[in-house]
Amino acid sequence: MATLEHYLILSAILFCIGVFGLLSRRNAVGILMSIELMFNSANINFVAFSKFINPDILTGQIFSVFVIAIAAAEAAVGLAIVVLLYRNFDIVNIDKINFMKW
Amino acid sequence: MIEIPFINLAVIYPEIAIFTASVIVLLVDLFMKGEKQGTLSTITMLGFAAAAIIASRQWFHFETGFSDALIADNFALVFKLLFCAAGVLTLFLSVHYLNREKIFRGEYFFLILSSTVGMMILASANELITAFLGLEVMSVPLYLLAGYDKKKLLSNEAALKYFLMGAFASGILIYGIAFVYGNLGTTNFDEIYRALQGKTLYGEPLLLLGLGLILIGFSFKTAFVPFHSWVPDVYVGTPTPATAFFSIAPKAAGFAILFRLLFKAFAPMMPDITGILWVLAVLTMFAGNLIAIAQRNIKRMLAYSSIAHAGYILIALTTGTADGAKAAILYLLAYTAMNVGAFGIVILLGREGEKDLSIAGYSGLSRRHPIAAAAMALFMFSLAGIPPTAGFIGKFYIFRGAVSAGFIWLAILGVVNSLISVYYYLRVIVIMYMKPEAESDRVITYPLSLMVAIILAAWGTVQIGIFPNSWLNLVRDSVSGFF
Amino acid sequence: MIEAYFPIFVLFIFALITPVVMLLIPKIVAKREPTPIKDAAYECGIPAEGDARERFPIKFYLIAILFLLFDLEAVFLYPWAYIYKKLGLFGLIEMGVFITILLVGYIYVIKKGALKWQ
Repeated sequence: MATLEHYLILSAILFCIGVFGLLSRRNAVGILMSIELMFNSANINFVAFSKFINPDILTGQIFSVFVIAIAAAEAAVGLAIVVLLYRNFDIVNIDKINFMKW
Repeated sequence: MIEIPFINLAVIYPEIAIFTASVIVLLVDLFMKGEKQGTLSTITMLGFAAAAIIASRQWFHFETGFSDALIADNFALVFKLLFCAAGVLTLFLSVHYLNREKIFRGEYFFLILSSTVGMMILASANELITAFLGLEVMSVPLYLLAGYDKKKLLSNEAALKYFLMGAFASGILIYGIAFVYGNLGTTNFDEIYRALQGKTLYGEPLLLLGLGLILIGFSFKTAFVPFHSWVPDVYVGTPTPATAFFSIAPKAAGFAILFRLLFKAFAPMMPDITGILWVLAVLTMFAGNLIAIAQRNIKRMLAYSSIAHAGYILIALTTGTADGAKAAILYLLAYTAMNVGAFGIVILLGREGEKDLSIAGYSGLSRRHPIAAAAMALFMFSLAGIPPTAGFIGKFYIFRGAVSAGFIWLAILGVVNSLISVYYYLRVIVIMYMKPEAESDRVITYPLSLMVAIILAAWGTVQIGIFPNSWLNLVRDSVSGFF
Repeated sequence: MIEAYFPIFVLFIFALITPVVMLLIPKIVAKREPTPIKDAAYECGIPAEGDARERFPIKFYLIAILFLLFDLEAVFLYPWAYIYKKLGLFGLIEMGVFITILLVGYIYVIKKGALKWQ
């Protein structure tokens, strides 16, 4: 029987993979996927908390629907920016995007 | 039948006005032929004006709606008015710039309008998920605005950096919200306040984690040190009028939600959080001011200076008192005026292709263009906090609030930082007035729209500085019902 | 004091041995008879055509993004449809507003020519 802790640990693992991917990936699309992982780990938390703490009220589950929609919008905009960089300047590797130095 | 939750559309009338304007702008841009910049900017202006009128008529109404997820108290309304003012001023800054850089497209106005909708939701959010939605509705158009000059590599770089940092911050924020929800079983600010009674922050690991992540998320958005690394690059790469907008409106929105979060929802935890905010404030002020000294590009200097100004407002947040909130609102109003002015002069003196942005290039400006130099001097004095300008009044009330709340050291460090900042602001003035004229083929035209923006900004800077009383009454009213 | 770290030492040894063993077993046990057909990529049983790491035209991205956006709005339609009867006129109007806003986006997409395939 899966308890709340199991879900929380799963989401923590997903979140850490997301953060790690975001910090270590070179490819912009890989980074977008890592961000998606972070959002979805929060979704798991919301649904798990909603089920185990207050199963009669669906607040947490509704939140996760909103987060999914937001994540889609973020992904669309991020992908658009990456595609623009690729089209105009032939870049997908974000290490190369470093033209400004302080 | 299902019982339909209490919806009070009056809460979001200003948002509806601006959203409607944004949709009309989008459709007109699609279907209108020929010259459309005038029409589109008029519609945008009307949208902001309508929202501002509605917001000012709701003063002291304290509307709530959407199951208490949104609240339109004076505190939210004053921020809504601030966003409208910032939007209108940005519009005046933009018209000439977009023509000069030949990058006019109708989506520009749409992006500014829809981002403002998000800020307004953020300012009146009384619930964590609503705040998150508002933050995203605000941020997503801003990412696009950063990359608006899509033929230019720097603009693209700015967009990507802003997006990556912003999305990262959103991920952290929503994860934190999930933990707060898990610990308290609610995301409504009033209910959080009630649920927190009798709890200590360090006795609840989930709550500590959640609140910490939420603070980090918002710190990224409002660019507190050490979460500021994206700011200079994004501010430089973004088209200048959009930079002006970035440095004012989203920052104000971030502070609006931080005040509501920390002063209302997490008020019982405030004694535990103060230490963190204290350190953040000191770091933000020192890093912003010290790095700004080394800058040669005026936009980069203003970027670091905006970080430092966020540090001053953090002092007000740290105090946790009504005086602090009042001082912060006053400071944000003053900061809006003087920063729009400074960016206006930068646009005025710039040339096509974002050239002529080095501070050294301003040498001897006073001889050939005395009006522009005088205006720039006014805004620099105000940013440095020298009387009788708006910046002085803002800083004065922030430091006074800190002292009366017992944060004497914080106030002293703030004053030290203002002294540091005088160095690099005055350097601009010295270069303009004392240095010999640079060899430059700079030709300045004085376009009407840009002059309107600069004059309005100068008026605001002087008005708040010399006649602060009516503004003090405004901010006093705006926190009524909040404490 | 040192004894307390013994379990960690054991864990370390295990972490070292496990992957080495797992890498070695197939080397020893498995029979190795590579043929061109075995090495070929599996493509639904038909002979493979070209390289799988081919670059897609960028317009697929645009269609994919648009699909993602409009597809996800259906998430909000499901709960609404489930209690549609109970919500009555109120629900209909609310969803009408929602769809109208989406429609503006759709008109924008069409008018900008994002769906034209050429």
